[in-house]
Amino acid sequence: MDQAASATMLHRGEVPAWAVNLGVGIVIAALIPVSISFDKYIDNYVLDVLIRIGVAIILAVSLNLINGITGQFSLGHAGFMALGAYTGGVLLKHYQHQIHGALLPPVFIGVTILGGLVAAIAGLIVGIPTLRLRGDYLAIATLGFGEIITVVLNQIESIGKFEVGGSAGLHNIPHVTNFFWTYAWVVICVVVIARLVYSAKGKPFFAVREDEIAAAAMGIDTTYYKVAAFVIGAFFAGVAGVLSATLSGNLDPGDFNFVKSIVIVVMVVLGGSGSITGSVLAAILLTYLPEQLRAFEDWRLVIYALLLIVMMLVRPEGLLGNRELWWKRKTAMV
Amino acid sequence: MLLSVNGLTVCYGVITALREVSIEIDRGEIVALIGANGAGKTTLLRTISGLLKPTGGEISWCPPAAQVKSDAKTLEYFGATKDLVGMRADQIVRLGISHVPEGRQVFANLTVRDNLLLGAFTLRKRSDIEEGLERCFGLFPVLAERKNQRAGTLSGGEQQMLAIGRSLMGRPKLLLLDEPSLGLAPLIVRQIFQIIREINLHGTTILLVEQNAHMALTVANRGYVMQTGRIILSDKAANLLENAEVKKAYLGG
Repeated sequence: MDQAASATMLHRGEVPAWAVNLGVGIVIAALIPVSISFDKYIDNYVLDVLIRIGVAIILAVSLNLINGITGQFSLGHAGFMALGAYTGGVLLKHYQHQIHGALLPPVFIGVTILGGLVAAIAGLIVGIPTLRLRGDYLAIATLGFGEIITVVLNQIESIGKFEVGGSAGLHNIPHVTNFFWTYAWVVICVVVIARLVYSAKGKPFFAVREDEIAAAAMGIDTTYYKVAAFVIGAFFAGVAGVLSATLSGNLDPGDFNFVKSIVIVVMVVLGGSGSITGSVLAAILLTYLPEQLRAFEDWRLVIYALLLIVMMLVRPEGLLGNRELWWKRKTAMV
Repeated sequence: MLLSVNGLTVCYGVITALREVSIEIDRGEIVALIGANGAGKTTLLRTISGLLKPTGGEISWCPPAAQVKSDAKTLEYFGATKDLVGMRADQIVRLGISHVPEGRQVFANLTVRDNLLLGAFTLRKRSDIEEGLERCFGLFPVLAERKNQRAGTLSGGEQQMLAIGRSLMGRPKLLLLDEPSLGLAPLIVRQIFQIIREINLHGTTILLVEQNAHMALTVANRGYVMQTGRIILSDKAANLLENAEVKKAYLGG
Protein backbone atom coordinates (compact mmCIF):
# COMPACT_ATOMS: atom_id res chain seq x y z
CA MET A 1 0.00 0.00 0.00
CA ASP A 2 1.40 3.39 -0.88
CA GLN A 3 1.81 6.49 1.20
CA ALA A 4 -1.49 8.07 0.20
CA ALA A 5 -3.52 5.02 1.14
CA SER A 6 -1.71 4.76 4.44
CA ALA A 7 -2.42 8.40 5.11
CA THR A 8 -6.15 7.81 4.78
CA MET A 9 -5.99 5.20 7.43
CA LEU A 10 -4.13 7.37 9.92
CA HIS A 11 -6.49 7.96 12.76
CA ARG A 12 -6.93 11.30 14.38
CA GLY A 13 -4.31 11.89 17.02
CA GLU A 14 -1.89 9.39 15.53
CA VAL A 15 1.72 10.46 16.03
CA PRO A 16 3.68 11.13 12.82
CA ALA A 17 6.64 8.87 12.07
CA TRP A 18 9.35 11.47 12.55
CA ALA A 19 8.15 12.27 16.06
CA VAL A 20 8.19 8.59 16.97
CA ASN A 21 11.71 8.12 15.61
CA LEU A 22 12.91 11.22 17.46
CA GLY A 23 11.28 9.99 20.66
CA VAL A 24 12.89 6.56 20.33
CA GLY A 25 16.27 8.22 19.71
CA ILE A 26 15.91 10.38 22.82
CA VAL A 27 14.83 7.46 24.99
CA ILE A 28 17.73 5.28 23.83
CA ALA A 29 20.20 8.13 24.34
CA ALA A 30 18.79 8.68 27.82
CA LEU A 31 19.47 5.01 28.59
CA ILE A 32 23.23 5.61 28.41
CA PRO A 33 23.59 7.73 31.59
CA VAL A 34 20.98 5.60 33.34
CA SER A 35 22.92 2.47 32.47
CA ILE A 36 26.23 3.94 33.64
CA SER A 37 24.79 4.99 36.98
CA PHE A 38 23.05 1.63 37.41
CA ASP A 39 26.33 -0.18 36.80
CA LYS A 40 27.91 1.95 39.53
CA TYR A 41 25.27 2.18 42.21
CA ILE A 42 22.95 -0.80 41.88
CA ASP A 43 24.04 -4.16 43.16
CA ASN A 44 24.62 -6.97 40.72
CA TYR A 45 21.64 -9.07 41.71
CA VAL A 46 19.14 -6.29 41.06
CA LEU A 47 20.84 -5.39 37.80
CA ASP A 48 20.75 -9.03 36.75
CA VAL A 49 17.02 -9.24 37.44
CA LEU A 50 16.42 -5.98 35.56
CA ILE A 51 18.24 -7.29 32.50
CA ARG A 52 16.41 -10.60 32.63
CA ILE A 53 13.16 -8.65 32.75
CA GLY A 54 14.26 -6.80 29.61
CA VAL A 55 15.04 -10.06 27.82
CA ALA A 56 11.67 -11.44 28.91
CA ILE A 57 9.90 -8.37 27.53
CA ILE A 58 11.52 -8.83 24.12
CA LEU A 59 10.58 -12.52 24.10
CA ALA A 60 6.98 -11.92 25.20
CA VAL A 61 6.30 -9.00 22.86
CA SER A 62 7.81 -10.80 19.88
CA LEU A 63 5.81 -13.97 20.59
CA ASN A 64 2.71 -11.84 21.05
CA LEU A 65 3.08 -10.72 17.41
CA ILE A 66 2.83 -14.38 16.36
CA ASN A 67 0.44 -15.85 18.95
CA GLY A 68 -1.65 -12.95 20.13
CA ILE A 69 -1.85 -10.54 17.23
CA THR A 70 -1.72 -12.85 14.22
CA GLY A 71 -3.36 -15.74 16.10
CA GLN A 72 -0.87 -18.46 15.12
CA PHE A 73 -0.14 -20.69 18.09
CA SER A 74 3.63 -21.18 18.13
CA LEU A 75 5.46 -23.24 20.75
CA GLY A 76 8.87 -22.83 19.15
CA HIS A 77 9.97 -19.48 20.48
CA ALA A 78 12.73 -20.94 22.66
CA GLY A 79 14.15 -22.60 19.52
CA PHE A 80 14.54 -19.23 17.81
CA MET A 81 16.02 -17.82 21.00
CA ALA A 82 18.51 -20.70 21.10
CA LEU A 83 19.66 -20.01 17.54
CA GLY A 84 20.33 -16.37 18.40
CA ALA A 85 21.98 -17.25 21.72
CA TYR A 86 24.34 -19.79 20.17
CA THR A 87 25.17 -17.56 17.19
CA GLY A 88 26.12 -14.75 19.57
CA GLY A 89 27.74 -16.95 22.20
CA VAL A 90 29.90 -18.96 19.80
CA LEU A 91 31.13 -15.92 17.87
CA LEU A 92 31.83 -13.74 20.91
CA LYS A 93 33.63 -16.51 22.74
CA HIS A 94 35.79 -17.35 19.74
CA TYR A 95 36.82 -13.78 19.06
CA GLN A 96 36.88 -12.48 22.64
CA HIS A 97 40.63 -11.80 22.59
CA GLN A 98 40.50 -9.87 19.33
CA ILE A 99 37.67 -7.55 20.35
CA HIS A 100 37.91 -5.18 23.25
CA GLY A 101 37.72 -1.50 24.07
CA ALA A 102 36.24 0.69 21.38
CA LEU A 103 35.75 -2.25 19.04
CA LEU A 104 33.31 -3.99 21.36
CA PRO A 105 30.13 -1.89 20.99
CA PRO A 106 29.92 -2.02 17.18
CA VAL A 107 30.85 -5.71 17.14
CA PHE A 108 28.23 -6.46 19.75
CA ILE A 109 25.55 -4.61 17.77
CA GLY A 110 26.59 -6.59 14.69
CA VAL A 111 26.54 -9.91 16.52
CA THR A 112 23.14 -9.18 18.06
CA ILE A 113 21.66 -8.36 14.67
CA LEU A 114 23.33 -11.44 13.19
CA GLY A 115 21.82 -13.61 15.94
CA GLY A 116 18.43 -12.12 15.10
CA LEU A 117 18.93 -12.74 11.39
CA VAL A 118 19.89 -16.39 11.89
CA ALA A 119 16.70 -16.88 13.90
CA ALA A 120 14.67 -14.95 11.31
CA ILE A 121 15.98 -17.13 8.46
CA ALA A 122 15.09 -20.20 10.50
CA GLY A 123 11.67 -18.63 11.04
CA LEU A 124 11.26 -18.26 7.29
CA ILE A 125 12.34 -21.83 6.58
CA VAL A 126 10.14 -23.27 9.32
CA GLY A 127 7.27 -20.86 8.75
CA ILE A 128 6.57 -21.40 5.06
CA PRO A 129 5.66 -25.10 5.35
CA THR A 130 4.21 -25.12 8.88
CA LEU A 131 2.01 -22.04 8.69
CA ARG A 132 -0.37 -23.96 6.43
CA LEU A 133 -1.31 -25.77 9.61
CA ARG A 134 -3.74 -24.33 12.10
CA GLY A 135 -4.27 -24.32 15.85
CA ASP A 136 -3.10 -27.46 17.62
CA TYR A 137 -1.34 -28.80 14.53
CA LEU A 138 0.79 -25.68 14.19
CA ALA A 139 1.58 -25.80 17.91
CA ILE A 140 2.83 -29.38 17.58
CA ALA A 141 4.88 -28.61 14.46
CA THR A 142 6.58 -25.62 16.11
CA LEU A 143 7.12 -27.64 19.28
CA GLY A 144 8.90 -30.19 17.10
CA PHE A 145 11.08 -27.48 15.63
CA GLY A 146 12.12 -26.28 19.10
CA GLU A 147 12.99 -29.81 20.18
CA ILE A 148 15.05 -30.39 17.02
CA ILE A 149 17.12 -27.32 17.83
CA THR A 150 17.83 -28.55 21.38
CA VAL A 151 18.73 -32.04 20.18
CA VAL A 152 21.02 -30.74 17.45
CA LEU A 153 22.75 -28.32 19.83
CA ASN A 154 23.28 -31.21 22.23
CA GLN A 155 25.12 -33.15 19.55
CA ILE A 156 27.39 -30.48 18.08
CA GLU A 157 30.71 -30.15 19.87
CA SER A 158 32.13 -27.69 17.41
CA ILE A 159 31.68 -26.29 13.94
CA GLY A 160 35.09 -26.01 12.29
CA LYS A 161 37.27 -24.04 14.67
CA PHE A 162 34.28 -22.61 16.53
CA GLU A 163 33.49 -24.27 19.86
CA VAL A 164 29.77 -24.98 20.37
CA GLY A 165 30.03 -27.13 23.46
CA GLY A 166 27.49 -29.88 22.77
CA SER A 167 25.74 -31.36 25.79
CA ALA A 168 28.34 -29.92 28.17
CA GLY A 169 27.20 -26.44 27.21
CA LEU A 170 29.17 -23.39 26.20
CA HIS A 171 30.86 -21.51 29.00
CA ASN A 172 32.93 -18.41 29.57
CA ILE A 173 31.16 -16.29 27.01
CA PRO A 174 32.18 -12.67 27.60
CA HIS A 175 29.64 -10.77 29.67
CA VAL A 176 28.87 -7.99 27.24
CA THR A 177 25.19 -7.35 27.91
CA ASN A 178 24.38 -4.51 30.24
CA PHE A 179 21.37 -2.46 31.10
CA PHE A 180 21.81 -0.18 28.10
CA TRP A 181 22.06 -2.86 25.38
CA THR A 182 19.10 -4.77 26.77
CA TYR A 183 16.76 -1.84 27.14
CA ALA A 184 17.77 -0.27 23.84
CA TRP A 185 16.56 -3.51 22.22
CA VAL A 186 13.45 -3.53 24.40
CA VAL A 187 12.56 -0.05 23.11
CA ILE A 188 13.29 -1.02 19.50
CA CYS A 189 11.30 -4.27 19.74
CA VAL A 190 8.24 -2.70 21.36
CA VAL A 191 8.19 0.34 19.06
CA VAL A 192 8.78 -1.65 15.86
CA ILE A 193 6.04 -4.18 16.63
CA ALA A 194 3.57 -1.59 17.93
CA ARG A 195 4.13 0.69 14.92
CA LEU A 196 3.86 -2.26 12.58
CA VAL A 197 0.57 -3.63 13.83
CA TYR A 198 -1.15 -0.34 14.61
CA SER A 199 -0.38 1.17 11.22
CA ALA A 200 -2.40 0.78 8.04
CA LYS A 201 -0.10 -2.08 7.04
CA GLY A 202 -0.80 -3.82 10.33
CA LYS A 203 -4.56 -4.31 10.03
CA PRO A 204 -4.20 -7.55 8.06
CA PHE A 205 -2.38 -9.17 11.02
CA PHE A 206 -5.52 -8.73 13.13
CA ALA A 207 -7.72 -9.72 10.20
CA VAL A 208 -5.86 -13.04 9.88
CA ARG A 209 -6.43 -13.70 13.57
CA GLU A 210 -10.09 -12.71 13.50
CA ASP A 211 -11.07 -14.75 10.48
CA GLU A 212 -8.70 -16.24 7.97
CA ILE A 213 -11.35 -16.99 5.34
CA ALA A 214 -12.82 -13.51 5.46
CA ALA A 215 -9.30 -12.04 5.34
CA ALA A 216 -8.46 -14.06 2.24
CA ALA A 217 -11.78 -13.02 0.70
CA MET A 218 -10.69 -9.40 1.20
CA GLY A 219 -7.64 -9.96 -0.97
CA ILE A 220 -5.20 -10.36 1.91
CA ASP A 221 -2.43 -12.85 1.23
CA THR A 222 -2.82 -14.57 4.60
CA THR A 223 0.26 -16.77 4.22
CA TYR A 224 2.40 -13.68 3.64
CA TYR A 225 1.22 -12.03 6.84
CA LYS A 226 1.57 -15.19 8.89
CA VAL A 227 5.11 -15.78 7.65
CA ALA A 228 5.94 -12.08 8.17
CA ALA A 229 4.79 -12.28 11.80
CA PHE A 230 6.79 -15.45 12.26
CA VAL A 231 9.98 -14.00 10.78
CA ILE A 232 9.80 -10.72 12.70
CA GLY A 233 8.95 -12.55 15.93
CA ALA A 234 11.83 -14.97 15.38
CA PHE A 235 14.24 -12.09 14.74
CA PHE A 236 13.57 -10.50 18.11
CA ALA A 237 13.68 -13.91 19.83
CA GLY A 238 17.16 -14.33 18.33
CA VAL A 239 18.16 -10.89 19.63
CA ALA A 240 16.89 -11.82 23.10
CA GLY A 241 18.95 -14.99 22.83
CA VAL A 242 22.18 -13.06 22.20
CA LEU A 243 21.40 -10.76 25.11
CA SER A 244 20.76 -13.61 27.53
CA ALA A 245 23.82 -15.58 26.38
CA THR A 246 26.09 -12.65 27.13
CA LEU A 247 24.34 -11.97 30.44
CA SER A 248 25.01 -15.30 32.13
CA GLY A 249 28.08 -16.24 30.10
CA ASN A 250 26.88 -19.84 29.98
CA LEU A 251 24.72 -21.66 27.45
CA ASP A 252 23.18 -25.05 27.88
CA PRO A 253 20.95 -26.63 25.20
CA GLY A 254 18.54 -27.68 27.94
CA ASP A 255 17.79 -24.02 28.72
CA PHE A 256 15.92 -23.79 25.44
CA ASN A 257 13.61 -26.78 25.69
CA PHE A 258 9.85 -26.53 25.39
CA VAL A 259 9.45 -25.46 29.01
CA LYS A 260 11.10 -22.17 28.08
CA SER A 261 8.71 -21.78 25.13
CA ILE A 262 5.77 -22.42 27.42
CA VAL A 263 6.99 -19.83 29.93
CA ILE A 264 6.92 -17.25 27.11
CA VAL A 265 3.46 -18.39 25.98
CA VAL A 266 2.27 -18.00 29.58
CA MET A 267 3.53 -14.40 29.57
CA VAL A 268 1.59 -13.64 26.38
CA VAL A 269 -1.61 -15.26 27.61
CA LEU A 270 -1.36 -13.74 31.07
CA GLY A 271 -0.75 -10.26 29.72
CA GLY A 272 -3.63 -10.60 27.30
CA SER A 273 -3.22 -12.09 23.83
CA GLY A 274 -2.85 -9.25 21.37
CA SER A 275 -1.95 -6.58 23.90
CA ILE A 276 1.63 -5.40 23.56
CA THR A 277 1.61 -3.48 26.81
CA GLY A 278 0.00 -6.52 28.44
CA SER A 279 2.95 -8.67 27.35
CA VAL A 280 5.37 -6.09 28.77
CA LEU A 281 3.54 -6.10 32.12
CA ALA A 282 3.34 -9.88 32.26
CA ALA A 283 7.04 -10.25 31.38
CA ILE A 284 7.94 -7.91 34.23
CA LEU A 285 5.61 -9.64 36.64
CA LEU A 286 6.55 -13.22 35.78
CA THR A 287 10.28 -12.50 35.99
CA TYR A 288 10.04 -10.49 39.19
CA LEU A 289 7.58 -12.75 40.99
CA PRO A 290 9.76 -15.90 41.20
CA GLU A 291 12.54 -13.71 42.60
CA GLN A 292 10.27 -12.38 45.33
CA LEU A 293 9.12 -15.87 46.13
CA ARG A 294 12.65 -17.05 46.90
CA ALA A 295 11.80 -16.59 50.58
CA PHE A 296 9.48 -19.60 50.29
CA GLU A 297 12.34 -21.84 49.13
CA ASP A 298 11.00 -25.25 48.08
CA TRP A 299 7.45 -23.99 47.77
CA ARG A 300 8.45 -21.25 45.34
CA LEU A 301 7.35 -22.89 42.11
CA VAL A 302 4.19 -24.30 43.67
CA ILE A 303 3.13 -20.83 44.78
CA TYR A 304 4.10 -19.44 41.38
CA ALA A 305 1.93 -22.03 39.63
CA LEU A 306 -0.96 -21.42 42.02
CA LEU A 307 -0.77 -17.69 41.36
CA LEU A 308 -0.99 -18.40 37.61
CA ILE A 309 -4.08 -20.56 38.12
CA VAL A 310 -5.74 -17.92 40.27
CA MET A 311 -4.94 -15.17 37.77
CA MET A 312 -6.42 -17.18 34.90
CA LEU A 313 -9.56 -17.88 36.93
CA VAL A 314 -10.01 -14.26 37.89
CA ARG A 315 -9.07 -12.76 34.54
CA PRO A 316 -9.26 -15.37 31.79
CA GLU A 317 -8.74 -12.73 29.11
CA GLY A 318 -5.36 -11.79 30.60
CA LEU A 319 -4.30 -8.71 32.51
CA LEU A 320 -5.23 -6.26 29.77
CA GLY A 321 -7.43 -8.41 27.53
CA ASN A 322 -6.79 -7.16 24.03
CA ARG A 323 -6.58 -3.52 25.05
CA GLU A 324 -3.47 -1.42 25.35
CA LEU A 325 -2.53 0.67 28.35
CA TRP A 326 -2.08 3.89 26.49
CA TRP A 327 -5.36 3.88 24.57
CA LYS A 328 -8.18 4.91 26.80
CA ARG A 329 -11.14 2.53 26.66
CA LYS A 330 -10.41 1.59 23.07
CA THR A 331 -9.72 -1.91 21.89
CA ALA A 332 -6.24 -2.60 20.71
CA MET A 333 -7.09 -2.63 17.03
CA VAL A 334 -8.95 0.63 16.80
CA MET B 1 -19.63 -14.32 -20.69
CA LEU B 2 -18.15 -12.79 -17.55
CA LEU B 3 -17.57 -16.06 -15.75
CA SER B 4 -17.96 -19.59 -16.95
CA VAL B 5 -17.44 -22.66 -14.86
CA ASN B 6 -16.86 -25.83 -16.82
CA GLY B 7 -17.03 -29.40 -15.54
CA LEU B 8 -15.91 -28.41 -12.06
CA THR B 9 -15.28 -31.26 -9.63
CA VAL B 10 -14.35 -30.65 -6.00
CA CYS B 11 -13.61 -33.24 -3.35
CA TYR B 12 -13.21 -33.06 0.40
CA GLY B 13 -10.93 -36.01 0.96
CA VAL B 14 -12.80 -38.98 -0.48
CA ILE B 15 -16.16 -37.21 -0.57
CA THR B 16 -17.07 -35.57 -3.84
CA ALA B 17 -18.88 -32.31 -3.14
CA LEU B 18 -19.22 -31.07 -6.72
CA ARG B 19 -19.54 -33.29 -9.79
CA GLU B 20 -18.87 -31.75 -13.18
CA VAL B 21 -20.67 -28.51 -12.40
CA SER B 22 -21.00 -26.00 -15.21
CA ILE B 23 -22.54 -22.56 -14.87
CA GLU B 24 -22.30 -19.32 -16.79
CA ILE B 25 -22.75 -15.75 -15.65
CA ASP B 26 -23.22 -12.81 -18.00
CA ARG B 27 -22.25 -9.28 -17.23
CA GLY B 28 -24.93 -7.34 -15.35
CA GLU B 29 -26.95 -10.38 -14.30
CA ILE B 30 -28.14 -11.56 -10.95
CA VAL B 31 -27.84 -15.33 -10.98
CA ALA B 32 -29.36 -17.34 -8.15
CA LEU B 33 -28.03 -20.69 -7.06
CA ILE B 34 -30.62 -22.58 -5.01
CA GLY B 35 -30.69 -25.98 -3.44
CA ALA B 36 -30.99 -27.85 -0.17
CA ASN B 37 -28.38 -28.11 2.58
CA GLY B 38 -25.27 -29.91 1.44
CA ALA B 39 -26.05 -29.55 -2.26
CA GLY B 40 -22.66 -27.92 -2.85
CA LYS B 41 -23.66 -24.28 -3.25
CA THR B 42 -21.15 -22.90 -0.77
CA THR B 43 -18.47 -25.25 -2.10
CA LEU B 44 -19.00 -23.82 -5.58
CA LEU B 45 -18.65 -20.23 -4.35
CA ARG B 46 -15.56 -21.04 -2.33
CA THR B 47 -13.97 -22.75 -5.30
CA ILE B 48 -14.65 -19.78 -7.56
CA SER B 49 -13.08 -17.40 -5.05
CA GLY B 50 -10.03 -19.64 -4.65
CA LEU B 51 -10.61 -20.76 -1.07
CA LEU B 52 -10.93 -24.36 -2.22
CA LYS B 53 -8.94 -26.15 -4.91
CA PRO B 54 -10.90 -28.18 -7.45
CA THR B 55 -9.80 -31.64 -8.53
CA GLY B 56 -10.95 -31.04 -12.07
CA GLY B 57 -12.60 -28.60 -14.46
CA GLU B 58 -12.00 -24.99 -15.25
CA ILE B 59 -13.21 -21.56 -14.25
CA SER B 60 -12.77 -18.88 -16.90
CA TRP B 61 -12.96 -15.23 -16.08
CA CYS B 62 -13.34 -12.77 -18.90
CA PRO B 63 -14.01 -9.20 -17.80
CA PRO B 64 -14.72 -6.58 -20.44
CA ALA B 65 -11.51 -4.70 -21.11
CA ALA B 66 -13.11 -1.75 -22.90
CA GLN B 67 -16.46 -0.44 -24.06
CA VAL B 68 -16.93 1.59 -27.22
CA LYS B 69 -20.18 3.24 -28.27
CA SER B 70 -20.84 3.39 -32.01
CA ASP B 71 -24.07 3.62 -34.04
CA ALA B 72 -26.12 3.57 -30.87
CA LYS B 73 -24.67 0.16 -30.10
CA THR B 74 -22.27 -0.58 -27.32
CA LEU B 75 -19.42 -2.74 -28.45
CA GLU B 76 -17.47 -4.51 -25.79
CA TYR B 77 -13.93 -5.60 -26.22
CA PHE B 78 -13.04 -8.47 -24.02
CA GLY B 79 -9.63 -8.91 -22.49
CA ALA B 80 -7.78 -12.17 -22.31
CA THR B 81 -9.68 -15.00 -20.64
CA LYS B 82 -8.07 -16.15 -17.43
CA ASP B 83 -8.35 -19.55 -15.81
CA LEU B 84 -8.94 -19.01 -12.11
CA VAL B 85 -8.10 -22.57 -11.15
CA GLY B 86 -4.82 -22.62 -9.27
CA MET B 87 -4.87 -18.93 -8.41
CA ARG B 88 -4.70 -17.84 -4.79
CA ALA B 89 -7.75 -16.25 -3.18
CA ASP B 90 -6.03 -12.87 -2.84
CA GLN B 91 -5.08 -12.86 -6.54
CA ILE B 92 -8.67 -13.61 -7.52
CA VAL B 93 -9.93 -10.71 -5.41
CA ARG B 94 -7.59 -8.44 -7.33
CA LEU B 95 -9.18 -9.57 -10.59
CA GLY B 96 -12.51 -8.20 -9.37
CA ILE B 97 -14.30 -11.15 -7.77
CA SER B 98 -15.38 -10.48 -4.22
CA HIS B 99 -16.82 -13.08 -1.89
CA VAL B 100 -19.18 -12.38 1.00
CA PRO B 101 -18.71 -15.51 3.09
CA GLU B 102 -21.56 -17.43 4.68
CA GLY B 103 -22.50 -16.43 8.21
CA ARG B 104 -21.23 -12.89 7.63
CA GLN B 105 -17.75 -13.41 9.07
CA VAL B 106 -17.05 -9.79 9.94
CA PHE B 107 -13.90 -9.08 11.95
CA ALA B 108 -15.76 -8.92 15.26
CA ASN B 109 -13.10 -7.14 17.30
CA LEU B 110 -12.38 -4.47 14.72
CA THR B 111 -14.46 -1.36 14.22
CA VAL B 112 -16.93 -1.01 11.38
CA ARG B 113 -14.59 1.48 9.73
CA ASP B 114 -11.60 -0.85 10.03
CA ASN B 115 -13.65 -3.69 8.57
CA LEU B 116 -14.46 -1.52 5.57
CA LEU B 117 -10.86 -0.37 5.21
CA LEU B 118 -9.76 -4.00 5.14
CA GLY B 119 -12.21 -4.48 2.30
CA ALA B 120 -10.34 -1.74 0.46
CA PHE B 121 -7.09 -3.63 1.00
CA THR B 122 -6.56 -4.07 -2.75
CA LEU B 123 -7.09 -0.38 -3.54
CA ARG B 124 -4.15 1.97 -3.76
CA LYS B 125 -5.52 5.45 -4.33
CA ARG B 126 -6.70 7.45 -1.35
CA SER B 127 -9.55 8.93 -3.38
CA ASP B 128 -10.78 5.43 -4.31
CA ILE B 129 -10.87 4.41 -0.68
CA GLU B 130 -12.75 7.53 0.37
CA GLU B 131 -15.19 7.14 -2.50
CA GLY B 132 -15.74 3.53 -1.48
CA LEU B 133 -16.48 4.53 2.10
CA GLU B 134 -18.91 7.18 0.91
CA ARG B 135 -20.67 4.78 -1.46
CA CYS B 136 -20.92 2.21 1.27
CA PHE B 137 -22.30 4.66 3.83
CA GLY B 138 -24.77 5.80 1.14
CA LEU B 139 -26.03 2.24 0.64
CA PHE B 140 -26.04 1.46 4.35
CA PRO B 141 -26.63 4.65 6.36
CA VAL B 142 -26.71 2.61 9.56
CA LEU B 143 -23.04 1.72 9.09
CA ALA B 144 -22.13 5.40 8.98
CA GLU B 145 -23.83 5.88 12.33
CA ARG B 146 -21.94 2.97 13.81
CA LYS B 147 -18.57 3.38 12.13
CA ASN B 148 -16.58 3.51 15.36
CA GLN B 149 -18.41 0.62 16.97
CA ARG B 150 -16.91 -2.85 17.15
CA ALA B 151 -18.38 -5.02 14.39
CA GLY B 152 -19.20 -7.78 16.86
CA THR B 153 -21.67 -5.48 18.64
CA LEU B 154 -23.81 -4.96 15.52
CA SER B 155 -27.08 -6.80 15.02
CA GLY B 156 -27.19 -9.72 12.60
CA GLY B 157 -28.67 -7.61 9.81
CA GLU B 158 -26.15 -4.84 10.33
CA GLN B 159 -23.31 -7.37 10.24
CA GLN B 160 -24.62 -8.70 6.94
CA MET B 161 -24.74 -5.16 5.60
CA LEU B 162 -21.19 -4.63 6.80
CA ALA B 163 -20.04 -7.85 5.15
CA ILE B 164 -21.60 -6.78 1.85
CA GLY B 165 -20.30 -3.22 2.19
CA ARG B 166 -16.83 -4.52 2.96
CA SER B 167 -16.84 -6.62 -0.21
CA LEU B 168 -18.00 -3.67 -2.30
CA MET B 169 -15.06 -1.55 -1.09
CA GLY B 170 -12.74 -3.30 -3.54
CA ARG B 171 -15.06 -2.32 -6.47
CA PRO B 172 -15.70 -5.89 -7.61
CA LYS B 173 -17.06 -6.72 -11.04
CA LEU B 174 -18.61 -9.90 -9.67
CA LEU B 175 -20.02 -10.25 -6.18
CA LEU B 176 -20.43 -13.74 -4.72
CA LEU B 177 -23.07 -13.65 -2.00
CA ASP B 178 -23.35 -16.69 0.25
CA GLU B 179 -26.68 -16.94 2.10
CA PRO B 180 -27.21 -13.25 2.84
CA SER B 181 -30.57 -14.03 4.48
CA LEU B 182 -29.14 -16.57 6.93
CA GLY B 183 -30.65 -16.12 10.38
CA LEU B 184 -32.20 -12.74 9.69
CA ALA B 185 -35.70 -11.48 10.40
CA PRO B 186 -38.03 -11.41 7.34
CA LEU B 187 -38.15 -7.63 7.33
CA ILE B 188 -34.36 -7.36 7.30
CA VAL B 189 -34.18 -10.02 4.59
CA ARG B 190 -36.42 -7.91 2.37
CA GLN B 191 -34.21 -4.89 3.02
CA ILE B 192 -31.04 -6.83 2.17
CA PHE B 193 -32.53 -8.07 -1.09
CA GLN B 194 -33.58 -4.56 -2.00
CA ILE B 195 -29.98 -3.47 -1.56
CA ILE B 196 -28.72 -6.43 -3.60
CA ARG B 197 -30.91 -5.26 -6.48
CA GLU B 198 -29.62 -1.72 -6.05
CA ILE B 199 -25.99 -2.88 -6.12
CA ASN B 200 -26.77 -4.76 -9.31
CA LEU B 201 -28.35 -1.68 -10.89
CA HIS B 202 -25.09 0.16 -10.27
CA GLY B 203 -23.37 -2.37 -12.52
CA THR B 204 -22.11 -5.17 -10.29
CA THR B 205 -22.85 -8.70 -11.47
CA ILE B 206 -24.07 -10.95 -8.67
CA LEU B 207 -24.00 -14.67 -8.03
CA LEU B 208 -26.38 -15.34 -5.18
CA VAL B 209 -26.45 -18.53 -3.14
CA GLU B 210 -29.65 -18.91 -1.14
CA GLN B 211 -31.81 -21.34 0.77
CA ASN B 212 -34.56 -18.76 0.69
CA ALA B 213 -35.35 -19.80 -2.88
CA HIS B 214 -38.40 -17.63 -3.28
CA MET B 215 -36.63 -14.42 -2.34
CA ALA B 216 -33.59 -15.30 -4.46
CA LEU B 217 -35.61 -16.12 -7.57
CA THR B 218 -37.62 -12.95 -7.19
CA VAL B 219 -34.55 -10.71 -7.54
CA ALA B 220 -32.57 -12.93 -9.92
CA ASN B 221 -32.62 -12.94 -13.73
CA ARG B 222 -31.68 -16.59 -14.01
CA GLY B 223 -31.32 -19.46 -11.63
CA TYR B 224 -29.59 -22.79 -11.19
CA VAL B 225 -30.90 -25.56 -8.99
CA MET B 226 -28.34 -27.81 -7.30
CA GLN B 227 -28.78 -31.21 -5.77
CA THR B 228 -26.08 -33.45 -4.27
CA GLY B 229 -23.23 -31.76 -6.07
CA ARG B 230 -24.88 -31.47 -9.49
CA ILE B 231 -26.76 -28.77 -11.35
CA ILE B 232 -30.12 -30.40 -12.08
CA LEU B 233 -31.98 -27.46 -13.57
CA SER B 234 -31.28 -24.07 -15.04
CA ASP B 235 -33.74 -21.56 -16.40
CA LYS B 236 -34.98 -18.00 -16.22
CA ALA B 237 -35.79 -17.15 -12.63
CA ALA B 238 -39.43 -16.41 -13.48
CA ASN B 239 -39.80 -19.86 -15.05
CA LEU B 240 -38.19 -21.57 -12.08
CA LEU B 241 -40.68 -19.83 -9.79
CA GLU B 242 -43.46 -21.47 -11.82
CA ASN B 243 -41.74 -24.82 -12.21
CA ALA B 244 -43.77 -27.52 -10.49
CA GLU B 245 -40.79 -29.49 -9.22
CA VAL B 246 -39.02 -26.46 -7.88
CA LYS B 247 -42.21 -25.30 -6.25
CA LYS B 248 -42.63 -28.63 -4.58
CA ALA B 249 -39.06 -29.04 -3.43
CA TYR B 250 -37.97 -25.53 -2.54
CA LEU B 251 -40.89 -23.14 -2.45
CA GLY B 252 -43.13 -25.00 -0.06
CA GLY B 253 -45.69 -26.30 -2.56
